[in-house]
Amino acid sequence: MRIRITFTKQGALRYIGHLDLHRLWERAMRRAELPLSYSQGFHPQPKISLAAALPLGFSSRAEVMDVRLNEEIAVEDLSARLKDSLPPDIKVVQVRTVDEKLPALQTQTLSAAYDVHLTEPVAGSELKRRVEGLMMSESLIRERRGKSYDLRPLVEMLSVVGMADGSSWLKMTLAAREGATGRPEEVLGALGIEADTARVERTRLIFKE
Amino acid sequence: MFTPEQIEAKLERILLKVERPGRYVGGELNATIKDWDSVTARAAFIFPDIYDIGISNVGLKVLYDQVNQREDALAQRAYAPWLDMETLMRQHGIPLYALESKRPLACFDLIGFTLPYETLYTNALNILDLAGIPIRSADRDESHPIVIAGGHSATNPEPMHAFIDAFVVGEGEEVIHEIIDVIIKWKACAEQRRSVESGNPLSTFHREDVLREFAKLPGVYVPRFYQTTYMEDGTVAATEPVIPEAPRLVKKRIVAKLPPPPIKFIVPNIDVVHNRVSVEIMRGCTRGCRFCQAGMITRPVRERSVQEVVDAADAAVRSTGFEELALMSLSSSDYTYIKDLVDAISKRFEGRKLTVSLPSLRIESVSIELMEKLKQHRSGGFTLAPEAASERMRRIINKFIPDEDIIKTTNEIYSRGWTTIKLYFMIGHPSETLEDVQAIADLCKRVIAEGRKVAGWKVKLNAGVSTFVPKPQTPFQWVSCDTRANILEKQALLKRELFKDRNIKLSWTKPDDTLIEAWLSRGDRRIAEVIYTAWKNGAKFDAWEEGRKFDTWIAAFEEHGLDPAFYTYRQRRTDEVFPWEHITTAVRKNFLFQDFRMSLEGQIRVDCRLNCYACGILPTFANLRRDNPGEGWKCPEVKSPTKKMEMELPLVGD
Repeated sequence: MRIRITFTKQGALRYIGHLDLHRLWERAMRRAELPLSYSQGFHPQPKISLAAALPLGFSSRAEVMDVRLNEEIAVEDLSARLKDSLPPDIKVVQVRTVDEKLPALQTQTLSAAYDVHLTEPVAGSELKRRVEGLMMSESLIRERRGKSYDLRPLVEMLSVVGMADGSSWLKMTLAAREGATGRPEEVLGALGIEADTARVERTRLIFKE
Repeated sequence: MFTPEQIEAKLERILLKVERPGRYVGGELNATIKDWDSVTARAAFIFPDIYDIGISNVGLKVLYDQVNQREDALAQRAYAPWLDMETLMRQHGIPLYALESKRPLACFDLIGFTLPYETLYTNALNILDLAGIPIRSADRDESHPIVIAGGHSATNPEPMHAFIDAFVVGEGEEVIHEIIDVIIKWKACAEQRRSVESGNPLSTFHREDVLREFAKLPGVYVPRFYQTTYMEDGTVAATEPVIPEAPRLVKKRIVAKLPPPPIKFIVPNIDVVHNRVSVEIMRGCTRGCRFCQAGMITRPVRERSVQEVVDAADAAVRSTGFEELALMSLSSSDYTYIKDLVDAISKRFEGRKLTVSLPSLRIESVSIELMEKLKQHRSGGFTLAPEAASERMRRIINKFIPDEDIIKTTNEIYSRGWTTIKLYFMIGHPSETLEDVQAIADLCKRVIAEGRKVAGWKVKLNAGVSTFVPKPQTPFQWVSCDTRANILEKQALLKRELFKDRNIKLSWTKPDDTLIEAWLSRGDRRIAEVIYTAWKNGAKFDAWEEGRKFDTWIAAFEEHGLDPAFYTYRQRRTDEVFPWEHITTAVRKNFLFQDFRMSLEGQIRVDCRLNCYACGILPTFANLRRDNPGEGWKCPEVKSPTKKMEMELPLVGD
């Protein structure tokens, strides 16, 4: 059977990279004694696939992963068994079965939504002006790892949220397709905000369905 | 002092700037997080190397569990931050903290280092400094934690005597509770001092009293209560206690029966060096290899039952999800029921995609059968440790394995489908010549040539050739290290001989590394100042290419008017008093000396399971053994041990 797990990644686990997260889940499944399916070959790998890599340091309220199991197991049972097998900073939000024949999860991912908390205050009006400027622009050429690319088409939504306590938040939705992934820190860079003064949380992944 | 919240906020600003930030955040499964205010005593256990290495240490895991099982105490962990993290922590004023609570180490009552090898000494100093705890024991007061250390290098604690308040010699499972009890008394009295007017007779239990109590505990050495005097030639005249509570001779602690092994291993969230569950099947070794400190200082041999090992392994694999299980001991082949154990393990874990490693197998075909049962496929290498290759040298080190046995075994390994064999050797053994080293090259070439006959051109050989360092409490504690020039010549010979064959891979130890280890291993109290100065001038991570600063060490020796050669290149007099003379692992100096003499004559001593050579373990722990009868303890029954000891020749120096 194929199951889709939505989970959070918070606290200490923000500093755990994609490959380590993969292995963490593999171990959690083994601790939960779930009948994982393995690939064929000399080095069999469990069939676990994460929808979209979460950059180091970001927390998430909704990471998504597909897992293939050898046996049918009731979904409620799965959630219960996983609950006790995970480190404290990962919580399962939802477990559901999905059609075996659906294409790979990565190819179904369209975009990702983020909340960004700015830990150093930026004047609201100034921030709004920069955000509007970015959204109005036709293209926004940035350089990353020596390659230039256009960030603008990767930004689907960007807005400023002022909170009652005076803190500033940004909300953004960025493309997360294979080969076309917008990175929140690049958007922050384009807005003139230092990445280490922002706390980024992924709030949702959006899929073709 | 910073609160956990303040430390977390500061960390957030730097973690994304360092390599592998997962090292510094905790949050692992099976870590124990107890309420800080619910206990009286708080201990922080530290492996003074990076997280990636320290997390798998079983010794600290045992202590961590022991303390956390108590209602009145908690234990947490810390490791050495890597260079990038250290720089940022210092820049941002972040003190070293425990991973579980993010509380500064200085908030704890007890800091416990494990010092399994000597190249961690500078890291221990660096950690105290990063924690804001005075580096010298003498500079600490009531407000500072008590700093203790244990591990194999505590069998010569003197080089670190100025920095560690108390050392535990031997096994820590029981004594840690006695230590915690004293700490609790200290804390209770400190509490009382705060609440009651002065003059209360109970409130006079100070730091110094804690250490006096420690000195009374068997197996605990408190350096400040001893004084060392020196001879004119610079060797030690005597190290003697200066208070009545401190024993003249500190005897190592052992447990009569191995307690149940830990099963709730902490599961790191990042990839580390050993991603595995380790279950100790046996402690101690009866082989008596003369170069091997572990084999001498962990006696007697005690075994766990097959049932206990299998059940613990199963529980540990279930609680961690690890993909590898290591069955730990100094010599797996000597475990009495090794075949039964391997059968039981392979049956219990059948189809569970678990790699089982069984280190330290003897060079014989039985080992191959054992490995075959454990391996689902033979992708990994097969490791054997002949240590020396000439008959003369094998007799000297008391590890006698004829070439024919090695060839027969390696042929069988290759023909059964392993493509890579790792052979471990050591150079620099006492009285070794170039001929003995040539024998290593010849043996390697022969292993691969014979292997090709049975398994074709795909066979590979990795030859790991390390350099021998004479260690305290061993039969070779009297010998000089081989000189740098000799070692370089021997390594050049091996490179010349073995580089031609592309299927032989040679690795070796740099002479600088060996020298640092050598003077730290057999150093006396005066080396403490050298360590301090070397650290002050930037030496740390001495076991790492990135850290080690050989010239800094040499300069530190010069600054204190000491000669490194005195510690490394000097054959000790037969009547020399060693810096560690007042510490005993219960293996008597006379026995070690006799064994040393036998090595000079090329005499070997076979497995002491069959025949007791009266090393001193049995008389020292006779009562303990009598009170704990059972199969676990593997010394042979000796009819009249006292008589046997009398028969031994009276030897010098005792």
